Amino acid sequence: MVKTNGDAKLTLKTEEVMVNIGPQHPSTHGVFRMRVTFDGEVVTELEPIFGYLHRGSEKLAEERTYTQVITLTDRLDYLASMSNNLAYVLAAEKLAGIQPPERAMYIRVIMAELMRIASHCMGLGFFINDLGALATPLMYMFREREKILDLFELVCGARITFSYMRIGGVSGDLPEEFMPALVKFINEMPGYIDEYEALLRENEILISRTKDIAILTAEKAINASVTGPMLRASGVPWDLRKSDPYEVYDRFDFDIPVGSTGDTYDRFLVRLEEMRESVLIVKQAMEQIPSGPFRALAPALIHPPVGEAYAHVEAPKGELGFYLVSDNSIAPYRCKIRAPSFINLTVLRDLIIGWKLADLVVIFGSFDINMGEVDR
Amino acid sequence: MPEQYSLEYTAVLIITIAGIGMVLAAFFASMILAPRSKSEAKQIPYECGIPPTGQFWAQLHLRYYIFAILFLIFDIEAIFLFPWAIIFRSSGAVIFYEMVLFIAILFFGLVYSWKKGALRWR
Amino acid sequence: MDWFYELWPKLGEAFRGWLESALPDSIEGWVIYLVLGLLSMLVIVNLPIVGVMAMIYMERRLLGRFQNRLGPNRVGPFGILQPVADAIKIMTKEDIVPNGVDRIVFNIAPIVMLTPILLMFAVIPYGGDTFLTNLNVGILFIVAITAVDTIAIFMAGWSSNNKYALFGAMRAVAQLVSYEIPLLIAILGVVVITGTMNLNEIVAHQSSLPLILFQPLGFVIFFVAISAELNRSPFDLLEADSEIIAGFHTEYSGMKFGMFQLAEFAALMGYSAVIATLYLSGWEGPGLPGYLWLFVKVFFIFGIFVWTRATLPRLRIDQVMALAWKFLLPLSFLNVAITAVEVVVWENGLPEWLIPVNIVIGAGLVAIMHRGLNFQGQTRQVVPSGPERLAAINRPVGGGTE
Repeated sequence: MVKTNGDAKLTLKTEEVMVNIGPQHPSTHGVFRMRVTFDGEVVTELEPIFGYLHRGSEKLAEERTYTQVITLTDRLDYLASMSNNLAYVLAAEKLAGIQPPERAMYIRVIMAELMRIASHCMGLGFFINDLGALATPLMYMFREREKILDLFELVCGARITFSYMRIGGVSGDLPEEFMPALVKFINEMPGYIDEYEALLRENEILISRTKDIAILTAEKAINASVTGPMLRASGVPWDLRKSDPYEVYDRFDFDIPVGSTGDTYDRFLVRLEEMRESVLIVKQAMEQIPSGPFRALAPALIHPPVGEAYAHVEAPKGELGFYLVSDNSIAPYRCKIRAPSFINLTVLRDLIIGWKLADLVVIFGSFDINMGEVDR
Repeated sequence: MPEQYSLEYTAVLIITIAGIGMVLAAFFASMILAPRSKSEAKQIPYECGIPPTGQFWAQLHLRYYIFAILFLIFDIEAIFLFPWAIIFRSSGAVIFYEMVLFIAILFFGLVYSWKKGALRWR
Repeated sequence: MDWFYELWPKLGEAFRGWLESALPDSIEGWVIYLVLGLLSMLVIVNLPIVGVMAMIYMERRLLGRFQNRLGPNRVGPFGILQPVADAIKIMTKEDIVPNGVDRIVFNIAPIVMLTPILLMFAVIPYGGDTFLTNLNVGILFIVAITAVDTIAIFMAGWSSNNKYALFGAMRAVAQLVSYEIPLLIAILGVVVITGTMNLNEIVAHQSSLPLILFQPLGFVIFFVAISAELNRSPFDLLEADSEIIAGFHTEYSGMKFGMFQLAEFAALMGYSAVIATLYLSGWEGPGLPGYLWLFVKVFFIFGIFVWTRATLPRLRIDQVMALAWKFLLPLSFLNVAITAVEVVVWENGLPEWLIPVNIVIGAGLVAIMHRGLNFQGQTRQVVPSGPERLAAINRPVGGGTE
């Protein structure tokens, strides 16, 4: 296929190849599908296709009582079920005008922050796995996630789908053996994070594979309404725990780690640092937690007045919001979920085009999406 | 000497035959042992669970032509170097400096292609 | 310990005596040699298989340890029979040949892949006089014969009628071909010192001190280049599971896949033996018989391979190529030049005080070259936009076009 151009240059005719990455692919974190056009190894076009895990959570919520919807939220981002629970019960409480007792709020904060650590462990672990590190850091991070899941098992008996939070509080008080176990874990965790840093932060291959790759500028991130660690990696100090404090977050002293350039390496570092900050928050919450009731006196079947409410939390993946509309029946009239993973994917195509196949996987890994949440 | 060579390489030949025989025997064994059931879905080439689109034997542009040419040059050079490495001690200084010059020229060639940007994978 | 040394020769002698007495007198002497020869062939061909089983077990256990888990521990004591169970499983797996493959090439590729690897084991010396054949170009033969694997990988990837396999095959050609040259030139350093390509003589040359001491730089280059040739991490781009599923053997299943796996591990074992022979004085060692020393060294080197695999993330293709051409190749040239000068200056063997000097020179050169090697600064490719591109975007969503 050698042909001669007008410039008398010899060129070989090559074609672009269209390849499906996903839904059954080792590194698409679930059943995500990207239809990618390659010129050699370089991505020239990318089209995200999803919906393979669609279960109609929003519609199902309309058929369930307000309390029953909590089990649906567990199955959104199944790596951060506690945060989902929290966001939903906040919205329902706002709608029904129920004020949870203080102790419940502290318990919820502890759970949400532990969940953030567990979720970031998984996000980072799979990100490094996509880099090709054969599961070693992933296994180390699984070890810590196990410990957190053990703690959750103590309070609610479940390890993935907790359904621990209730409208007006939590389903049960902390058991006696929980606090000593939590103290032990919180004292150990900074050491483990140091271990990850020692393993990964200065690794030359990791730096050369991620630094200056797929830079997401702050402007573009804001325009695409990207939230969570991805936004903060671009240098925007936007964290709902600080900028719109819910629960008792305004009583804690913690920093918001932000990145400088918004490249893949920054997204990795921001998550690593956030784990440290979460440990700090849990530590302070443990010291301040008051005694008292763990649940407000609210009926199991609530009939909120006609109206609407939106509540959002800083979930591990970004701003998770629930928008509830009530028609004074026992079930929500409409339940809309703002899923951070889904909205962060807006910038996927822009970031990946022009990079190579190997980068595609890594950039996608740095988004840390969860298909349960994207497809809802 | 030639007889010895032929003896040595006979062993190589026999191992080759034995190796091929071993692989074929393994294939034969699995042919007997393995179950077989044809189905349409099983025969589809794997593309992440989606029926494949487009052309398979596409002419991918993988930018290694220049590397292939460089490989030829340097591989042949390496083959030249091996006999030299064995005899240069016994055959005087001229041979030694000649080959040093040869290596220097090729090294210069490498530096040149580096500066020209031929070693960058684009 | 004497009986231990004499074990295999004695057994061989006894077997030969038994054979002579058992066979009728009318049979000529050459038959016995033929039988013995075929038996040793059988040993050589089966050695990689048994060795590979041990290595797979060792790799999985070691990886388990590195990764804070147990590894296989169910089949047999300490899971030691796991590779056997795997082998049985792979034998009884259905062999699926997908639609549209180039059948002849698809079926031949595993054979082309494995046979050259087995040939390696014929040349490696296992002891003072324990080898199958004693080629005078031994080391060159090994490199040449294993280079055939590049073709086998390309055959497998190209014939598979699969895009991931095609990507794997294309990467294979670029990567394996590039690392061949630093590999050859690193070996040249050894050949310059020993003045021979015969593996037995190379081992004999190291009876006092292993060559790694005089060739530290050459050893490093060889090790890195061989990691790339054997697609070990961080160079496992050919079968990068997070990028291109299983690379060139995506479509292979059953025994054919098993052959690729076997070839990969056998090559690893063979090249570990080559490293031991070239740089760690091969079968030489105090106390134990030669073949045991060789196996100890082989498994030690293999342990290092597993270690790197458990530790390092993967490089990208352009970084892999840059490492070969801009780092290893110049270094290997310098290594040969320095070695040649040393050999010319000290004609009657290299003095021992050169060892620290060589190590310092090697480390210094690596440090200097490392500055020049800039992995970063890869720029994003500019993708054109226009009507053609728009046509590509506007294809209907979902499903194939067939």
